[in-house]
Amino acid sequence: MPQAATRRGRPAAPLAGFLGRAAAGIGSLAVTVLGLLFVTFFIGRVMPIDPVLAVVGERASPEVYADARAALGLDQPLPVQFWYYLREVARGDFGMSLLTARPVIDDIARVFPATLELATLGVLIGVLIGVPLGVLAAVNRGRWVDQIARLVALVGYSMPIFWLGLIGLLVFYGILGWVGGPGRLDVFYDGLVPTVTGMILVDSALAGDWTVFSNALSHIILPASLLGYFSLAYISRMTRSFMLEALSAEYITTARVKGMSEWRVVWVHAFRNIRVQLLTVIVLSYANLLEGSVLTEIIFSWPGIGFYITNALLAADMNAVLGGTVVVGTIFIILNMVSDLLYKFFDPRAR
Amino acid sequence: MTAFSRLMTSAALGLAVMATGMPAAMAETPPNMLVIANRIDDITSLDPAESFEFSGSDVIRNLYLKLVNLDPMDMEAGYKPEVADSWEVSEDGKTITFTIRDGLTFVSGNPVTAEDVQFSLRRAVILNKTPSFILTQFGFTPENVANTIVGEGNTVSITTDKPYATSFVLNCLTATIGAIVDSKLVMEHETGGDMGNGWLKTHSAGGGAYALNEWKPNESVTMTANPDFYQGEPAMKRVIIRHVQESASQRLMLERGDIDVARNLNPEDIAGIEGEEGIRIDEELGGQLMYLSFNQKNPELAKPQVREAMKYLIDYAGMEASFLKGQWAVQQNFLPLTFQGAVEENPFSLDIEKAKALLAEAGVPEGFTIEAGVREAQERIEIAQTFQNALAQVGIKLDITVGTAAQILGRYRARELDVYVGTWGPDYPDPHTNASTFAWNPDNSDAAGATGILAWRNAWDPGDLTAKVDAAVTENDTGKRVEMYHDIQAEFRETSPFAILFQQKRQTAVADDVQNLNLGDAISAAAYWPVTK
Repeated sequence: MPQAATRRGRPAAPLAGFLGRAAAGIGSLAVTVLGLLFVTFFIGRVMPIDPVLAVVGERASPEVYADARAALGLDQPLPVQFWYYLREVARGDFGMSLLTARPVIDDIARVFPATLELATLGVLIGVLIGVPLGVLAAVNRGRWVDQIARLVALVGYSMPIFWLGLIGLLVFYGILGWVGGPGRLDVFYDGLVPTVTGMILVDSALAGDWTVFSNALSHIILPASLLGYFSLAYISRMTRSFMLEALSAEYITTARVKGMSEWRVVWVHAFRNIRVQLLTVIVLSYANLLEGSVLTEIIFSWPGIGFYITNALLAADMNAVLGGTVVVGTIFIILNMVSDLLYKFFDPRAR
Repeated sequence: MTAFSRLMTSAALGLAVMATGMPAAMAETPPNMLVIANRIDDITSLDPAESFEFSGSDVIRNLYLKLVNLDPMDMEAGYKPEVADSWEVSEDGKTITFTIRDGLTFVSGNPVTAEDVQFSLRRAVILNKTPSFILTQFGFTPENVANTIVGEGNTVSITTDKPYATSFVLNCLTATIGAIVDSKLVMEHETGGDMGNGWLKTHSAGGGAYALNEWKPNESVTMTANPDFYQGEPAMKRVIIRHVQESASQRLMLERGDIDVARNLNPEDIAGIEGEEGIRIDEELGGQLMYLSFNQKNPELAKPQVREAMKYLIDYAGMEASFLKGQWAVQQNFLPLTFQGAVEENPFSLDIEKAKALLAEAGVPEGFTIEAGVREAQERIEIAQTFQNALAQVGIKLDITVGTAAQILGRYRARELDVYVGTWGPDYPDPHTNASTFAWNPDNSDAAGATGILAWRNAWDPGDLTAKVDAAVTENDTGKRVEMYHDIQAEFRETSPFAILFQQKRQTAVADDVQNLNLGDAISAAAYWPVTK
C-alpha cells in the first residue's frame, strides 16, 4: 500500500515542489527589487542635489521653479512620493526622464540593447580566450606560458580603461583603419535597418543587410575587445586558480597513475570539476558588463545604460536613475538566480 | 578626466603619432552632408518655448524662422527682417507693429501667417517655461497676452509695459524663444492643454532651413534641408550632429574624415591637430564669461577694500597663458566683446603687495577663511586652485568644495557660498541681458528670492546701478545707450563683488573644405544653412 500511495503521489510532488520553488524565486525577486527601489529612492531624495534645477535651469524665476517642483510631486512628503512612485512602477511606468523628455522605459529600451550587445560580445571574448589561457597557465605553472598569462591578467587589472581605449582607437582606427570609429555605426548607415531588438548586429542580420552588419561589427569589435580584455583578465586569473586547486587533488593523481592522457586528465577530470565555480565567475563578469562601462561608453560614444545612468545622476534626473538602477539590479538578481539554477544542474550535491 | 590623465593620454597619442606618422584624412563625408561632433547631452527639449541649453539653441536656430533674425554671414549688422517684412513703433514707444512677409511657408506646407506669430509668442508666455522671462520682462503675462500680442490681417502688434529701446525688444526676438512655430501642426499634437509642448520637445514645426529628423538623446541629432526655405535650399542636405564626449575621439574622427567639424577639442588636441593637412582651426569669441563672485553676506567680503583686494589676487594673464590657453581670453567687464556697449578696459592684474595694502586698510591683515564652491569642471577647479595659491600669500585660507553642477548651484542660489567660480552666458543679444543680472538687483532681501539674478545670489545691492540699468534699457538713442553701458561697467568694475575673468574663445577644428560655418559668435547659435563644401 505505501508503495502504491507513493506512486500515486509521484507526479504531484515534483510539480508542487517546482511551483513552490518558482513562487519562492519570484517572491525573493520581488522583495529584492522592492528593497532596491526603496534604497535608491530615498538615497536619491536625500542627496544634496536639486532635481528641480535640472528641469528649469539656473535662471528660472521662483514661480517657474515652484511650478516645476509641484509638477514633479516634490512638494509631497517623502513616503507619499514613494507610494506614488511604486504605484506607477507597478503599472510599468518609470516616469519621464527630465534629460531626454521621453518615458524612462523608452530610454531604457533604447540604451540597454546597446549595452547588452557590447557586454555579450565582450564576455564571449573574455570566456573564449580567458578560460583556455587560465587552464594553460595552471597546467604550465611557473613556466613562460604561465608568466605570460599572469602578465596579461596583471595588465588587464592595472591599465586605466580610458587610456587603453584611446590608444586602441588611435592605433586600430586612427592609424591602421582596421575598425570603425566611435559610435555604433557610420552615420550613413544609421536608420537603414528596422529596429527589432535594438541590437544592431542582430537587427541587421535579421534584415539580411550584411553591409550594415559588417559596419556595426567594425564599430563594436574594439570596445567589445576592450571590455573582453578586462573580463579575460578576471576570468583567466580565476580559472588558473581553480585549476591549480583541482590539479592538486588526489583523484587527479589517481587518474595520472592510471595512465590517462594529460589532455583527458586536464579537460575531462580537472576542468569538469571547476565548471560550477567558473560559471559563477563568468555570470558575475557578464553582470558587471551589463551594468555598462561608463568610460568605455564615453570614449567610444556608445549610447549605453552606464552613460545614461551616470548622466542622469549628475543632472539629478531621478526617474532615469531609479529606472536604470531597477533594470540593472533586476538583471543582476536574475543572473544570480540563473547561476544558482545552473549550479544545481551541474552539481547534484547542491540540489 | 583629470589633468594628469589628459596629459598622459596626450603624451601617449603624441608618441604614437611620432612613431608611426599620422596619416592624412583618409575618407571624407559626402559633399552634401555636414557631420559635426559635439557634446549634445545638455539637450532636454527642442521646443523653442522651453529650450535653454547651448546645443538645443544650435539645433533650433536651424529649424525655425523668427520675426527678425541675425544674418550668420553678417553678424555685426544686428537683427534683420525675416518673418516681419517691416515694423513701426507707436508714438508712445510701447507698441511695435510688424508687417508679415508674404509667401513664407512652414515645412508642413502651411503658410506662415500673423496668426502663427501671435500663437508662438503668446504660447511662450502662457507655457511659462524657463526662457519665458525674455518675453515676460516686457510686461507680457498669460492673462494679458490677448491684449498685448495681437495679430490682425497680416500684422502683429506687441505692446510693452514701458517704452523700451526698440533695439532691446527686437534683439530679444532673435533669441530662441522668438521662434515662430506652425500653430496648426503644433495644436494637432496638443495633449492635456500643453499647447503641443510634449510633442514639440522631440519634433519640429518650423519654416527654417532644416526640419528635424530625429533627436536621439546622448547620441545624435539629424536634420534634413527644407527645399522651400525662403533663402533657397541649403547646400548641406543633411546635417548630423553626433554626441562625442571625448576630445581625443573627436580629433581622431576628424583626422579620419568621418566628421567635418570637431567642436570640443581641448587645448592639447587643438595644439596637436593644428597644421595638419586638410584641417584648419576656426576661432570665434563666444558669449560665455568666467567669473569669481564674493558673497556680501560674509562680513569680511562685504568690505569694499577686501572686494578690491580680491581682484588683485587673480593671476589673469598666467591662467590665460597656461591651462586656459586658446579657450578663454581676459575680459574684466560683464559685456562680452562683440556685444553692443562692450569695453576692453582690463585694469586688474596680479599684485600681491597692493592686495596686502588693501587688506590692511580693511582691518584684516591677518587674513580669514572662506569657502569656494566649484563645479567639477577641470578648468574651474584649476582657476579655484590658482586663486587659492594667491590668497594663501596674503594669509587668506580658501577651502574649495567641488561638487556636481546641481549641488553647487543649489548652494549658490541659496546664497550659502562665500566664493563661487562660475560661468555666465547671455540669454539674448542685447547688453541688458548681462546688465540685468550682474548690476541690477532692486530687492536684495532674502524674501525676494530672486535666484535668477547674480547680484542677488551674492547678496549685493548695486545701489544706483540698478536705476542706471533701468534707464539704459529704455534709451532709444543708440549712441547714448552705448555710453550708458560704458559708464555702468566702469562703476561695476570698481565696486562690485564680481571679478569678471575671461571671455570664451571657441576653437573649432574644421575640415578645410567646409566654408561659411558660423557658430553664432558671442550673441547667437550655430547656423548651418550657409555652409558649403
